[in-house]
Amino acid sequence: MRRARPVLALAGTLGLLLLAIEATGQAAKKEKNGKWETADGTPTFNIAPDGTVDWYTYSGFRRYHSECHVCHGPDGEGSTYAPGLVQSMKTLSYPDFMQVVASGREAVGAARQSVMPALGDNPNVMCYIDDIYVYLKARAEGGLPRGRPAKRADKPAAADQHEKACFGTK
Amino acid sequence: MRRYALAGASLALIAFAVPGAANQDVLQQTGKPEQWALQTGDYANHRFSKLSQITRDNVKNLKVAWTFSTGVLRGHEGSPLVVGDIMYVHTPFPNVVFALDLNEDGKILWKYEPKQDPSVIPVMCCDTVYRGVAYADNTIYLHQADTTLVALDAKTGKEKWKAVNGDPKKGETNTATVLPVKDKVIVGISGAEFGVRGHVTAYDAKTGKQLWRAYSLGPDQDMLVDPEKTTSLGKPIGKDSSLKTWNGDQWKIGGGTAWGWMSYDPDTNLFYYGTANPSTWNPVQRAGPDGKPIDQKWTMSLFARDADTGMAKWVYQMTPFDEWDYDGINENILADIDVGGQKRKTLVHFDRNGLAYTLDRVTGELLVAAKYDPAVNWTTGVVMDKNSPQYGRPQVVSKYSTFQNGQDVNTKGVCPAALGSKDQQPAAYSPRTGLFYVPTNHVCMDYEPFKVSYTAGQPYVGATLSMFPAPGSHGGMGNFLAWDAGTGKIVWSNPEKFSVWSGALATAGGVVFYGTLEGYIKAVDEKDGKELFRFKTPSGIIGNVMTYSHKGKQYVAVLSGVGGWAGIGLAAGLTNPTEGLGAVGGYAALRDYTALGGSLTVFTLP
Repeated sequence: MRRARPVLALAGTLGLLLLAIEATGQAAKKEKNGKWETADGTPTFNIAPDGTVDWYTYSGFRRYHSECHVCHGPDGEGSTYAPGLVQSMKTLSYPDFMQVVASGREAVGAARQSVMPALGDNPNVMCYIDDIYVYLKARAEGGLPRGRPAKRADKPAAADQHEKACFGTK
Repeated sequence: MRRYALAGASLALIAFAVPGAANQDVLQQTGKPEQWALQTGDYANHRFSKLSQITRDNVKNLKVAWTFSTGVLRGHEGSPLVVGDIMYVHTPFPNVVFALDLNEDGKILWKYEPKQDPSVIPVMCCDTVYRGVAYADNTIYLHQADTTLVALDAKTGKEKWKAVNGDPKKGETNTATVLPVKDKVIVGISGAEFGVRGHVTAYDAKTGKQLWRAYSLGPDQDMLVDPEKTTSLGKPIGKDSSLKTWNGDQWKIGGGTAWGWMSYDPDTNLFYYGTANPSTWNPVQRAGPDGKPIDQKWTMSLFARDADTGMAKWVYQMTPFDEWDYDGINENILADIDVGGQKRKTLVHFDRNGLAYTLDRVTGELLVAAKYDPAVNWTTGVVMDKNSPQYGRPQVVSKYSTFQNGQDVNTKGVCPAALGSKDQQPAAYSPRTGLFYVPTNHVCMDYEPFKVSYTAGQPYVGATLSMFPAPGSHGGMGNFLAWDAGTGKIVWSNPEKFSVWSGALATAGGVVFYGTLEGYIKAVDEKDGKELFRFKTPSGIIGNVMTYSHKGKQYVAVLSGVGGWAGIGLAAGLTNPTEGLGAVGGYAALRDYTALGGSLTVFTLP
């Protein structure tokens, strides 16, 4: 019991630190060819004051509702079958997210069998993995409401080029 | 062609030579009203029981007699079987089978649990549901999620034989029950969302040896069709009827799986089933070489096949060139009813596309095609003029054509949604009233197709969709209704808060039963739908209501355990586009009403 207190205090400080990072997150974010990233180069979403989302967040909405929602439910809200990502994306790091999507994950027990498939060789997922990541981040942390984003930025030329290179088409 | 016909003929001879062939047994067992020996009640898929102890007057007194937990949390579809003094209960993955002793309130006589690789779980698209075991000749037929077909001794649970029907690594899985007919067991396959090429396959009921396989698409010899003798709407289908309607090799990953209920008519020896959607969901990618719509035969079709040889007698495509995932696998109910003042041998089918079809089941002639939900808007209806080049084809409304609107365009307000005006949840037919009792969805969608590429064993979808309750209606997501299939008219309709995802049961007591996603079992009057009884079971109901009688007492039983497509689409509630983009509507989230858990509840009168 006695030991718990410093731990809690530490957690409290960490929380504050995280909040501080969060608060400065907007400023630290930068845009490159229509794609937003944090100071350390992790992809992120952008929502303009009028609600316009960046192309990749919008694209992530589309790809999520093709590839992911039949298990994880509409808008990342979860289903009877698989967990809601709006919650788990608050704590899952970008590298861990990539790892789980590419390699899959199994939690098979007596009461519950939960299996995330390995999607690493699925171009419909992996060519848009950053898009899906930033969309879910926007749902988890950016206050993006449920449903189709009302307004979006135009598709940047870089997105087209990436798509073609990724699928190996011209 | 001739080769198949000869093989079939010799097999038929063998079948008749064996005394007590399985078909006799299924007919005998389903002929006993005290039993529920087939998932569909009988070969005709009536889901009607002659038991009449529970009536419109006394159903309000129903009490729980006993309950049974399955120990599995996933969605529980299908129903128990009762044969003699034993009840057979199945579960979703891992597909456990329990034999329960009705003489001792469901004491477990034996339990069978197969070992399956859990990697099949995420390949199953929309939950690991299983629609139940079949019984014939003291054998229980279990068709596992990983497509292993197992024959078990019905008294001991011991394995008799095993056969493997498909490969989950390619996306081939199973959710359906099997059809025991004569000396065979006929099985289907799932996986159209993974680009699986659909088929039905017959196995020897005694040994598990594969006898024939009939694909839904591809070359004539693979499909077991005869270009001259197999007909569609009364005309021979001709050579290469499927190949001609696909662009290049797309048919090889073309879908058209068969995962629904099957029915069988002993008089004509034909069995009936429907085929699923073409893959992908992006119609632009499936267009013909000229960029125009092309039929993609025989996806979205009803097949009548000879039960001995598998040869197709007739086939009818309901939704040529699907643009909305209106998968055609729903059940086909065989009933002799009045159509246009004449008694006809009909097949009645409530399709996902929102149209209810009445066909002559012997010839495949189309008699009635009508909307069974007034919200249906993607079509103006089916052309019934036999002289029209469009005869038998639904007329597509351009505004709701996801193909005409094109790739990367969000087509809004299409009714019904991809889960259909009705999904697999089977309707019931009562010979007392001549009416069909239909569990339905009342949900519409926005649908945006886009380009996808195919990888074996990976989802092959290619569309974003969002769903919402039918606008301008009662605000709920379902209806339970009575249908006149002779005239194509709704007789009565009860609104429901959620989609009705439970199979109906009609009884000689004048009572019709069904379950709801909140978990209620409801009893209504066959005449007007008036609610007579309700009881909230432990979890949402996506199973089918069944009835049996033991030691002179009638029981009604249903599996609870929410899940399936309903659990995925509705667990979080649906958004309402009319309330402004992104707003979460006042529409109920299923998770506010019920939680996971498989259990059986058995009712009787005190």
